[in-house]
Amino acid sequence: MEVKILGPGCPKCQQTEKVVKEALQEAGVQANVEKVKDTMEIANYGVFGTPAVVIDGEVKSVGKIPKKEEVLQWLKK
Amino acid sequence: MGEKCCESGTEQNGVTMILSCSGGSNVGQLANQAAVELTREGYGKMFCLAGIGGHLSGFVQSAKDVDKLVVIDGCEIGCSRAILDHLKIPMTAYVVLTKDPGIEKNKDFNLKREEIEKVKETVKTAGKMTKAEAGAAGSVCCA
Repeated sequence: MEVKILGPGCPKCQQTEKVVKEALQEAGVQANVEKVKDTMEIANYGVFGTPAVVIDGEVKSVGKIPKKEEVLQWLKK
Repeated sequence: MGEKCCESGTEQNGVTMILSCSGGSNVGQLANQAAVELTREGYGKMFCLAGIGGHLSGFVQSAKDVDKLVVIDGCEIGCSRAILDHLKIPMTAYVVLTKDPGIEKNKDFNLKREEIEKVKETVKTAGKMTKAEAGAAGSVCCA
């Protein structure tokens, strides 16, 4: 599984990364978590704001810190 | 999404997303021009309806997650609203230019300054409407 956290590295981005990693650990899912900070690369995802979470190429969350329960749901699909 | 939409207090936070139909008539282009100018003036931020219509996940999820979404359709065919309804994306305000401010649809692309200003004022007024009023105007929010 490929997980990307889109954002410049702000506190919300860091919190998002923490929540995602906790969810991955809880679900026992192996994933490559990549932080994407480059503005142009972020723009290519067409997101209105950051932080954003992308799982296997699909944008799951934009402009907010997702709840761990939400991330766990995304990991099930 | 419905839960977030109906939470009180969330809609005033963050940036307002503006979507316009940008269609091939005077009212479509008035909608587009108003969205451009409202973005320049800092009222909100115009976003790409084509990306949402194309079901690109970044665009769709952005529209779902934004706190406040203002949609401008040129005419009552309501293409923008149809795209959002299809994807179950709730709006917080909805404007149809042929209804309010009541601009007649034609193929004249020489946009009139007074009509652009009228559209911008209508959008700003609609942006203040309650969730219930937005629902009555056709939003799927809280339906």
